[in-house]
Amino acid sequence: MTTTAKLPDLSKEEIQRYSRHLILPEVTLTGQKKLKAASLLMIGTGGLGAPVSMYLAAAGIGRIGLVDFDRVEFTNLQRQIIFSTQDVGQDKLTAAKARLEGANPHIKIETHQVHLSSENALDIIGDYDIVIDGTDNFPTRYCVNDACVILRKPNVYGSIFRFEGQATLFDPRVKGPCYRCLYPDPPPPGMVPSCAEGGVLGILPGIIGTIQAAEAIKLILGQGKNLVGRLLRFDALAMSFKEFRLRRDPNCPVCGDNPSITELIDYEQFCGIRGEESTTIIRDGQDIPAINVQELKAAIDAEEDFELIDVREPHEHQICNIRSASLIPLGQIAGQLAQFDPNKRYVVHCKLGGRSAQAVELMRQAGLDAINVSGGITAWAKEVDQAMPTY
Amino acid sequence: MISIHVLLFAQVAVDIGQAELQIELPDNATVDDALAALSERYPSIALQGHQLAIAVNADYADIGHKLSPGDELALIPPVSGG
Repeated sequence: MTTTAKLPDLSKEEIQRYSRHLILPEVTLTGQKKLKAASLLMIGTGGLGAPVSMYLAAAGIGRIGLVDFDRVEFTNLQRQIIFSTQDVGQDKLTAAKARLEGANPHIKIETHQVHLSSENALDIIGDYDIVIDGTDNFPTRYCVNDACVILRKPNVYGSIFRFEGQATLFDPRVKGPCYRCLYPDPPPPGMVPSCAEGGVLGILPGIIGTIQAAEAIKLILGQGKNLVGRLLRFDALAMSFKEFRLRRDPNCPVCGDNPSITELIDYEQFCGIRGEESTTIIRDGQDIPAINVQELKAAIDAEEDFELIDVREPHEHQICNIRSASLIPLGQIAGQLAQFDPNKRYVVHCKLGGRSAQAVELMRQAGLDAINVSGGITAWAKEVDQAMPTY
Repeated sequence: MISIHVLLFAQVAVDIGQAELQIELPDNATVDDALAALSERYPSIALQGHQLAIAVNADYADIGHKLSPGDELALIPPVSGG
């Protein structure tokens, strides 16, 4: 980070704006100038990226880069408080940039409207002091991790699931552990639900994101005890924090003593193809047969002989359902295999196609004729029944 | 036999339907033995040991770690939401 000698000056307006920082002995004018001199890359402008970027913009981080390629959707608004209802349909970065510049005109907001990948990660990350990981998928998390280790950049990590979250700081400059020391192998595709599949309490990314933002500010100020080597785990239901001590794995393929990965790899391949985005799921080398929602509609209209099964949870079925479907939540499929008719064809759907693929796999292993509906009821609502609510 | 307290997080807690439990293991059991006992008792656990972060008494541990009576074993699955 920039040395004291080269720190930028603060204008009269900035001094007034940051006065509550300036009177903190841990910040002072020098600390605020360090914040102004700092640059930070926020990867993902979603649940975590929203509070992180809003607080860091307000705090006066001089240059903030945002990486995202999505558009604002109605389903984002429950937690992504950087966006307004009128932003729906607009690209996230344009909306976020306007909001952040409105919050603080003294800082620079840079936008990178790309899907972060091994082709661009080193170039983009290389231009910033600190990285904040607020992505929503495993391939990007491994990509961000590896790029930060290779470039020796601190990576403020946060991740959320339903009512619980994790945060830590990976800092290769001090030989701290990295994400791969914690999770050397990614979970099989479809095994860990995303926010879209599993749900998330809207306030949760606010809590985890502000922890990430606090860590970034402490890192720039050089104050306090940071989260290097500590995984902080938060549970909103129990309202408790728990801390686990991590250590660098000397055999880690990226940050270990003899790293085998010294350049970025193909992370989609490393993590496997994601169920909810592909028409067939590849697991254990076997393709799971699937039909799309148009084909399902045609089969229903033609009164073909099959049974439609919805493997979502009852509270999801209540929101929207295809009338002819029988509800058997995924967790009950394994216990009911014997009750299925081996001479019957089963067509299985869920919300997006991931859970139903797991059900189809279980049913086919039991010798049943089962096929998946790719895209799930979400695709059905989009392509077949536009009056159906989506969630 | 030794008694171990197990803390379950995220998807593993969802798979089992509870956030903590107690298991009995033979003397000299390792984390790996505990995982094997858990997946036998709860076949719904989908993630394998190498896909989880594991802590014993709040310290990150590998699957060969030998357990002692009263240890607290935490299974921390990866989560990707953002």
